[in-house]
Amino acid sequence: MENKKATIIVHSGDFDKIMSAFIVGNGFVSMGIPVTMFFTFWGLLALKKNGFKKASLSKMNLLGLGKFMINLKMRRYNVASLDTLAESFKKLGGKIIACTMTMQLMGLDKKDLRENLVDEYGTVGTYCFTTKDANITLFI
Amino acid sequence: MGTKVSRTVDCIGENCPMPLVKTREAIMKGKKGDIIKVIGTHLESFKEIPMALEALGIKILEKSIEDKGKWYIIFKI
Repeated sequence: MENKKATIIVHSGDFDKIMSAFIVGNGFVSMGIPVTMFFTFWGLLALKKNGFKKASLSKMNLLGLGKFMINLKMRRYNVASLDTLAESFKKLGGKIIACTMTMQLMGLDKKDLRENLVDEYGTVGTYCFTTKDANITLFI
Repeated sequence: MGTKVSRTVDCIGENCPMPLVKTREAIMKGKKGDIIKVIGTHLESFKEIPMALEALGIKILEKSIEDKGKWYIIFKI
């Protein structure tokens, strides 16, 4: 197939936006299109241990009640959890870059992150180098 | 039909994007020439798995959907 490649900047740490990012990422890798996700700023916080659990909804979070309701509905409609989505993304060959500048700003160490999800640590150069040949780029 | 299925991928009850993900996983795990059957109930996936297969250059051998929404897609990798 043609040389297609997708990159996604995950800037948001909102549960729903990270969910969208991983769903789209899984969609591309399922179609054989390589994907690199670059986690930066609030998005990077989601890669902390327990980060998915702590992420709140971008709207109607209602101090966690909204997220609780979404989680119930996700179970009811058998929607895959963020953990499952992240695991399958990796299993299908998806790559994740963690932004080291954000790590410094937020005082994070590699061991604070879910290292099994991270393929590479880098800053904008790593992202741009990967993205220069991508024909699909998203910013979430 | 006399198609010899090497592997069945059960996506019954699964929601977006898991039928697509499981289909891809089966393709990655399989060998060339394997015949894979995916079964499921997520309606959009009956349309979208063929899109993914087209993107991957894989031909569908057979597909069908029942009134109740249960479907299958058979293809050779």
